[in-house]
Amino acid sequence: MYEFSRGPLVWIAFSVLFAGSIYRIVSTIILAKKDKVIWPYMKWGFSLRSLWHWIVPFGALNMRMRPAFTIISFTFHICLLLTPLLTLGHVALWKESWGVSWWSLPNTLSVMMTIIVICTALIFILRRIADPTVRLISSVSDFILVLLVAAPFVTGLMAHYQIFDYDMVIIIHMWTGAIWLGMIPFTRIAHMLYFPLTRAYMGCEFGYVRSAKDW
Amino acid sequence: MKETPESQVKDPGLDDAVKKLTPEKIQRAVQRVLTKECAARLKVYVDTCAHCGLCAEACHTYLSRDKDPMFSPVAKVKNTLWELVKRKGNVDGEAIRHMARIAFTECGACRRCSMYCPFGIDIAYLIMVVRRICSLLGVVPQYLQDTTNSHAATNNQMWVHQDEWIDTLQWQEEEAQFEIPTCRIPLEKEGADVMYSVIAPEPKILAQLLGNMAQIFTVVGEDWTMPATDGWDNSNMAMYSGDFEIMGRVERLHWETAARLKVKKIVMGECGHAFRGAVYDGPRWLGWQFPPIPMVHAIEYYYDLLKSGRIKVREKYKEHVTVQDPCNIVRGRGLGDKLRYVINALCENFTDVHPRYEHNYCCMAGGGTINCGPPWKRSRMVSNKVKAEQLKATGADIIITPCHNCHSGIEDIIGFYKLGMHVKFISEIMVEVMEIPEELKA
Repeated sequence: MYEFSRGPLVWIAFSVLFAGSIYRIVSTIILAKKDKVIWPYMKWGFSLRSLWHWIVPFGALNMRMRPAFTIISFTFHICLLLTPLLTLGHVALWKESWGVSWWSLPNTLSVMMTIIVICTALIFILRRIADPTVRLISSVSDFILVLLVAAPFVTGLMAHYQIFDYDMVIIIHMWTGAIWLGMIPFTRIAHMLYFPLTRAYMGCEFGYVRSAKDW
Repeated sequence: MKETPESQVKDPGLDDAVKKLTPEKIQRAVQRVLTKECAARLKVYVDTCAHCGLCAEACHTYLSRDKDPMFSPVAKVKNTLWELVKRKGNVDGEAIRHMARIAFTECGACRRCSMYCPFGIDIAYLIMVVRRICSLLGVVPQYLQDTTNSHAATNNQMWVHQDEWIDTLQWQEEEAQFEIPTCRIPLEKEGADVMYSVIAPEPKILAQLLGNMAQIFTVVGEDWTMPATDGWDNSNMAMYSGDFEIMGRVERLHWETAARLKVKKIVMGECGHAFRGAVYDGPRWLGWQFPPIPMVHAIEYYYDLLKSGRIKVREKYKEHVTVQDPCNIVRGRGLGDKLRYVINALCENFTDVHPRYEHNYCCMAGGGTINCGPPWKRSRMVSNKVKAEQLKATGADIIITPCHNCHSGIEDIIGFYKLGMHVKFISEIMVEVMEIPEELKA
């Protein structure tokens, strides 16, 4: 089981992630032609201007209106993306498999970032329950997605501290991680792929067409 | 569905119309719009929305109703479009009635929420998709549908006949001649520099605005004209009722009239949605990337006149004024700075609003909401308490509203919340304070 998880599963997960992502992005770009009002108005400058304002913390008014949530959201997303890439254990596996290596996070920092992901994910869940506005628009899938995203971090932390049976935990860790990666293109986590597209379009609608700001 | 004062409102355009619907009709209309008329935007917006609720505080209806979750932009989409997508149009007439109420009377399509969504999801577009479906099903608030019918039958929004139109212009020409004896409203002048177009409520109920413009054009010596035929109306309520076929016809006629008169540009009166229809929605429906002839909004035109000194101010307006940034020309054209330049050039005592520019709150009259008529007025007023508070905080006496929808909407708010303020168009102030050269004077 370990051998399968360590080998083919990773290949499957990454293949699904990359093939799925390319499929989603390309099919969207093609479908955008049918909309007719997208392509003629796309401009690099206005696209990047909008992306910049929404990728920098506090770059948009809405972020300044809710400083606490902005900080929570940014730390969640940054830790979520960087921790798996830069954790020492993962970097060692890359080197072992493909001979490529890069800088890795000090262990304590990795642990801290993992805890941050888990805590902020919890905050998201609590917010969904506590805030009536968000509760109204939440579906079961919204909760499952957050749990799914947090699962590899929880199991990673358990493996690190050897909580329960390490051999079992590490396999669950690999599987939850693989499921998470594979789900990106096919669930609402796809917002990660669509973010640059929707922002670019709106940046051009506001900036190029209407000479206005969208942040 | 929870019972609210809004769900008790009687509107035959909704109540009677849904009785004629069958499940097949509903499904056919929904499928047509979702699969044939919509493409990437619909799909990506539905898939991308992270259900975060960060758009909520952008919406004046949500803020005005003490953060009622049902009034957040995303909740409005959830209760309409998401349902239709999820059920593939398999909903009953009663559901369509609720959806029509939300889409037509509880959203002004002002697009403020798009500026608060981290993904820039065009939520107003999604609401317009719902309106389109309702329109195909014939479920549209009766007053709004009447304006669309008027567009279809008379090519203008208010059932104005051609003789009434010409007669009104001649009447206003005479009125303007009391101030400036040589004042004319030139009709059908081929090759003029400017075609001036207005929305139908001007000849119908605000005719003095036409006389004001005649004075302004005369003072600056503009080579201008107005059409004597259909095509003079630049308003477009079909755009908001979801009848895009009529919307396209109205816009095509407007542009073709300008082309027939061989003018260099169109200058339009102080209206927001008319700008949107003529410059964005109309051309796109007709398959043009941009309008064929430049279209200049009154604010831009006044700005040029004041900046270049073609209009000189005799004595600045003394009253304490504030401003309403109309969505379609500030968020929709970036005219916020020019608007303020004009106001400061004309008025002595100006207090700005907060929030302002692109972030200003909607008037809750545009987007066709005021055209939904008296049955929905109370709901509209309750939906815009924040606007009343925002305006009151300025302490001003006059609110400058360079948009007809804002103008009427804010007049309603002033009355409902007893603000004791007044609304004015820029042209009303301009004719009061501009210098009329001696040789032109009566």
